[in-house]
Amino acid sequence: MVVAVVVVGDVVVVVGVVVVVVVEVVVVDVVVVVSAAYAEAAPRAARTTPIQRNQTPRRIAPVCRTVRLFVELLQRNAILRPLRRGAYDLTVPGHVVPEESAGLAVEVLDLVKRYPKSRVNAVDGVSFAAAAGEVFGLLGPNGAGKTTTVGMLTTRVRPTAGVARIGGVDVVRDPVRARAQLAVVPQQSNLDRSISIRDNLIFHAAYHGVPAREREERADELLDQFGLLDRARDRPDFFSGGQSQRVMISRALMHAPRVLFLDEPTTGLDPAARLFVWDRLRELRDSNVTLILTTHDMDEAALLADRVGIMDHGHLLALDTPAALISSLEGEGTLELTADQAADGDVVDALGALAGVQKVETVQVGAENGSPEARPPGAQPLRVRLYLTGDAALCVAPAAAVLAEHGLALQDVKLGAPTLEDVFIHLTGRTLR
Amino acid sequence: MSAVAAPALEQGAQWRAFRAVLYRDLYVTWREFPAFLAQVILQPLFLLFVFGKVLGTLNYTQHGYTDLLFPGLLALTAVLTAMQALAFPLVAEFGWTKEIEDRLLAPMPTSYVAAEKVLFAVLRSLIATLIMIPVGILILGSIPWRWDNFALFVVALVLGALVGAGFGLLMGTLVRPERITLLFSLVFTPLLFTGCSQYPWPSLDQIRWFQVVTACNPITYVSEAFRGAMVPGVPHIQPWICILVLIVAVSVLLTVGIRGFYRRAID
Repeated sequence: MVVAVVVVGDVVVVVGVVVVVVVEVVVVDVVVVVSAAYAEAAPRAARTTPIQRNQTPRRIAPVCRTVRLFVELLQRNAILRPLRRGAYDLTVPGHVVPEESAGLAVEVLDLVKRYPKSRVNAVDGVSFAAAAGEVFGLLGPNGAGKTTTVGMLTTRVRPTAGVARIGGVDVVRDPVRARAQLAVVPQQSNLDRSISIRDNLIFHAAYHGVPAREREERADELLDQFGLLDRARDRPDFFSGGQSQRVMISRALMHAPRVLFLDEPTTGLDPAARLFVWDRLRELRDSNVTLILTTHDMDEAALLADRVGIMDHGHLLALDTPAALISSLEGEGTLELTADQAADGDVVDALGALAGVQKVETVQVGAENGSPEARPPGAQPLRVRLYLTGDAALCVAPAAAVLAEHGLALQDVKLGAPTLEDVFIHLTGRTLR
Repeated sequence: MSAVAAPALEQGAQWRAFRAVLYRDLYVTWREFPAFLAQVILQPLFLLFVFGKVLGTLNYTQHGYTDLLFPGLLALTAVLTAMQALAFPLVAEFGWTKEIEDRLLAPMPTSYVAAEKVLFAVLRSLIATLIMIPVGILILGSIPWRWDNFALFVVALVLGALVGAGFGLLMGTLVRPERITLLFSLVFTPLLFTGCSQYPWPSLDQIRWFQVVTACNPITYVSEAFRGAMVPGVPHIQPWICILVLIVAVSVLLTVGIRGFYRRAID
């Protein structure tokens, strides 16, 4: 029998928290169960199922039986090298684990969280990964599961199923080592109110084992960088939101984390403070720190994030760069035209017939002003919004020509490019703010 | 891509984190030492003064009552100081200041954070109780003291502090922040007056139901153990019974308390 095996570079382990990747091998039509340590393996599989420590889910059991037979077959043919009881080296000679997968700062695979007494999963099978130095934005309305996802990654929420790793460290199996590599900047201040902000930084570093002299130096350095040096001896009680935020970011950086989690980092900050924080975050990204930010702010996500995941009802609905997400929208742009006088449906039809126009929508002028009876219907000047497949600017001249043909003059033109917010509304059906 | 394997935590890193958190607590206490003293001393000081000095001088209490009272007040101080040192900060830290989050994210097991709280509460309790000795001499003129039962005194002191810490951990993780005032009226006051600190337990024979009630309060066994150590002439519960009950109480309270701590710390 000729066996073609697609192997993902790991061992068969059905003990411990592993991900079982079911690979259909076409040649012999056998089902292979492979544990994969890497999320990138999952897309190659026909089906993936997370397995909890020491348990074999019923739906996996038949597959496991098949695997036992398959493993025996491979052993007989001296393809498999037994490692220990129940574990075999399935690595194909010459197969190298892709470097990218080893370099992932954050890996989330089929993560599920169901709170006790809840009927639905707060997080329902979320998978994503972030590389070192990447800025990853998690967007979603309240209750979408962002906070729970981040809670699981930061060891404060125990996953019901699935795998989460920080710098390759499994957060469930080794939370202590995971904590050493991450830092969290919450939305609300959790600074130690009994001690000065400088001591806040220094004690945080002490918890993380930074040597005494180094933590003093680094504290002064960071306080300086964040414009807090003159307030170093103050207690955080009367700090404004923006100041607390800056203290918390500098505290988080004291132990040089590989992954920094930020929850709504600039909500409630004034524009100057916001720009300041954005600049600092960009610097961090440049120094290879991975930033995971959860935010409501579309502009912030579009501006800062390399990639954005949009969540709702515990699911990851979309995951891509902001630009790719925006271009995934059917319409590329919008064009809003206002004419000098009212017009009949013919004009609208003619505009709809233009090349590149997907849809024409009549905009009620009165409705926008909040007084629909301001003018009798029909007396309103024509106002339409065109949804386009191409660039809006290119459509202005043809549209103006159509209006002129019908004896109308163009009074106002608004060009619109779709934003991340449009993507969000398209996916979740609701606005954020 | 740079080398990315997570650095192995060196041996002792977890203990270093534990020590750093303990140091933070001691540092804050040291900086607010007068406030700490006022907090722990004032209540027993007034009890000593009124029950020991005032009532005695006015001849409302029998001669020798202060010898009964003093060990009881030491017990009260040992238990309640540890309890307060844990319960109130914990309710606040989990409830609204969220200060504990930075410690929960330190590279050590969650149980270490709870253990540090317990150890710190015990240390505070030991300091407060030992301070009561000179305060007692100052107010009462003399206190009953015997070196021959010193070992029993120390064991009872540590167990008393641990009982208080266990109570504190339990309260601190069970009580919701908005209910913190209830903690005072529903828990502190009953504990304060049913702990046999103002009367020896065997003498309650005459009020049988109250004797049963007081037998349910672990502070009773701390008070009685201290009496066994300091005024063995007064009828008291056998020290070995006290120690046994206290060990059981400490085990139960700490087990349930740490479980409650886990529930609050990790969803």
